[in-house]
Amino acid sequence: MDDLKLLVSPSPHVRDTDTTEKIMFAVLIALLPVVAAAIYFFRWDAVRVLLLSAGSAVATETIWQRLRRKPIRIGDGSALITGVLLALSLPPTIPSWMVIVGSAFAIAIGKQVFGGLGHNPFNPALVGRAFMLASFSQAMTKWTPPIDGVSAATPLALGAAVSRVPDLFFGSVAGSLGETSALAILLGGIYLFYKGVIDYRIPVSICATVTVFALLAGEDPIFHLLAGSVLFAAVYMATDMVTSPITKPGRWIFGVGVAVIIMLIRIWGGYPEGVTFAILLMNAATPLINRWTRPRIYGQGVKVSE
Amino acid sequence: MRRVRAFFGGIHPNDNKQNTNSTPIKVLPAPAVVVVPLQQHAGREAKPLVAKGDDVLKGQLIAEAEGRISARVHSPVSGKVVAVEPRPSASGRPLTCVVIENDGEERWVEKEGHPDPVQLDAQTILQRIHGAGIVGMGGAGFPTAVKLAPPKEATIDYLLLNGCECEPYLTTDHRLMVEHAEEIVLGAKLMAKACGARKIIIGVEDNKPDAIAALREKAGAIEVAVLRTRYPQGGEKQLIQALTGREVPSGGLPFQAGCVVQNVGTAWAVAKALRDGEPLISRVVTVTGSAVAEPQNFLVPIGTPFKDLIEAAGGFAKTPGKVVAGGPMTGGAQFSLDVPVTKTIGGILAFAEGESTTPDSQPCIKCARCVDVCPANLLPLKLEAYGMNEQFDNAREYGALDCIECGCCTYICPSKRPLLHYIRFAKAEIIAREKRSS
Repeated sequence: MDDLKLLVSPSPHVRDTDTTEKIMFAVLIALLPVVAAAIYFFRWDAVRVLLLSAGSAVATETIWQRLRRKPIRIGDGSALITGVLLALSLPPTIPSWMVIVGSAFAIAIGKQVFGGLGHNPFNPALVGRAFMLASFSQAMTKWTPPIDGVSAATPLALGAAVSRVPDLFFGSVAGSLGETSALAILLGGIYLFYKGVIDYRIPVSICATVTVFALLAGEDPIFHLLAGSVLFAAVYMATDMVTSPITKPGRWIFGVGVAVIIMLIRIWGGYPEGVTFAILLMNAATPLINRWTRPRIYGQGVKVSE
Repeated sequence: MRRVRAFFGGIHPNDNKQNTNSTPIKVLPAPAVVVVPLQQHAGREAKPLVAKGDDVLKGQLIAEAEGRISARVHSPVSGKVVAVEPRPSASGRPLTCVVIENDGEERWVEKEGHPDPVQLDAQTILQRIHGAGIVGMGGAGFPTAVKLAPPKEATIDYLLLNGCECEPYLTTDHRLMVEHAEEIVLGAKLMAKACGARKIIIGVEDNKPDAIAALREKAGAIEVAVLRTRYPQGGEKQLIQALTGREVPSGGLPFQAGCVVQNVGTAWAVAKALRDGEPLISRVVTVTGSAVAEPQNFLVPIGTPFKDLIEAAGGFAKTPGKVVAGGPMTGGAQFSLDVPVTKTIGGILAFAEGESTTPDSQPCIKCARCVDVCPANLLPLKLEAYGMNEQFDNAREYGALDCIECGCCTYICPSKRPLLHYIRFAKAEIIAREKRSS
């Protein structure tokens, strides 16, 4: 008993079993229904865009970390998630080279220049998408309806009158790969909530605010929720831990802000869809929201009892 | 009866109490040599009254309290003082210790008990608690008599007895409540009288139904409140919040919320001191963990080396990788087993190799789980960053000094970051700077 080698370290000496990798893995699992729907509706185009985007993201992260002589952390799954999220937000006809460039931009400029995982102020996938929207605006707004491949407008450009709710719900409409099937998105969202990965506050406040805003503006709220990428973004993009508020009241404010900006752009802006810029703008506001919504610390502002 | 009110945040780790929570307390005889530190409490070290070569009796006063916040120390055995010198301690630094060779004769000093100590007046109760060297046995070791005598202008509404034992693995308070409910209730009444509290509430977590039943049988008019099992339910501020709905003002003390909180182990020691006239010279220690062969609860004399307790628990079944004094959330890791049990050590945990490694930390992904679990309602991830970047003004503004060091943030972090470590660093720096500038 005298020659024991005992580890001395500060308390606590027990840890929870959840890890960053498990969280990232849960997000990937939650994306499976959406990926399946994308492949079902858009066939080989979906497979092509998904593989190129994911591959480019992981390769960019590896090269960047190697050049900087940092540990290669692609194993945490975060670059893969960025690649898949970006792919799901792209139109099926997007040329392959654009996917590769966009995904590399998302990782390099959206994430790694800030110091990598956890340090980026903006959602990397949306940084990539915004870059592509600005650089390849034609290719980024060219839509085909699922399966038959004739060019068409998205439901958002067509308007509520010609869109059928069941099509919007199940996903057989034109649009970005991952945004068309509300059903698949809801399945993934429920899984993420069940696993404790996302906070319900952000998706709930986005959907509620879109509904209220649409009603006040005299538009169809169901159409505004189901058409375009509101649901996809509310579940997978706006809930990104790194770029959304850390306080609970802050998350309500964040969600309301995202929805208000989406609706302003949709109804009065120059684009048919405003989700990308809405979330990026609220990402920018996140540090400020965190500062405004600091919780009251135990015992502060408490009077001495009489 | 379940209380609706609770404290902020908290975690629910695997409690690992199943190995010892139904094991009766076993009395362990005193070893051949005891090593008794003179600082087993918060405050100043006690002043030794004996020297090498002196003959001492069991229960004899061997060190006198020094200054306002300090506590007396008594001999746990009868025998001969062989040294008064610095020795390693479980606190991590050497402490002056009185080393006594046990003659095995159990020669006691004259005991001054009282058949019905509740008849004594408040002042006498306080004096005897002080006289018996009683300190908070939950771990903090604050001298009990000092805690029971708040400033005159304060009114104490509640004496809250802490029977939560929310730390995983530990079962000392649990077994005391099951086996010594009568003494605990008596101790609570005595302490309530000493501090003038109008109401006594005993708080126990709902994972100890046998303890709740035992206490209720003896409690009479005293309320035994059942609390949700959630760490750190037994934190002083959290217990006050859950039982009374009050909060201790930031930077203040419990009496400012009209409360005095005492551990059930302390109540047991108070009852023994006043009824039987025995000073605090022994305590219950849970010896457990994956490396221990036969996990058990022992009643041991203060000053018994850890080594002896491990041996009494059947020795090591597996090679230990880490030994902790206290609970796994707040206890201190030990580098040697040659340190003695003190008044505040409720557990010795030995984790097998492999179970005790420190995981590599990864970047913070701002999942804010630390924010969700913080019982002080702080933003631990911010405080950690401020500590790491030495931005102490920001750390202070974000409430670093309100951190109770429960460790929930480090426990829950999926990126395995040592949040509490950096928060402690920031706190120490802030306090040191404020001392320098004043």
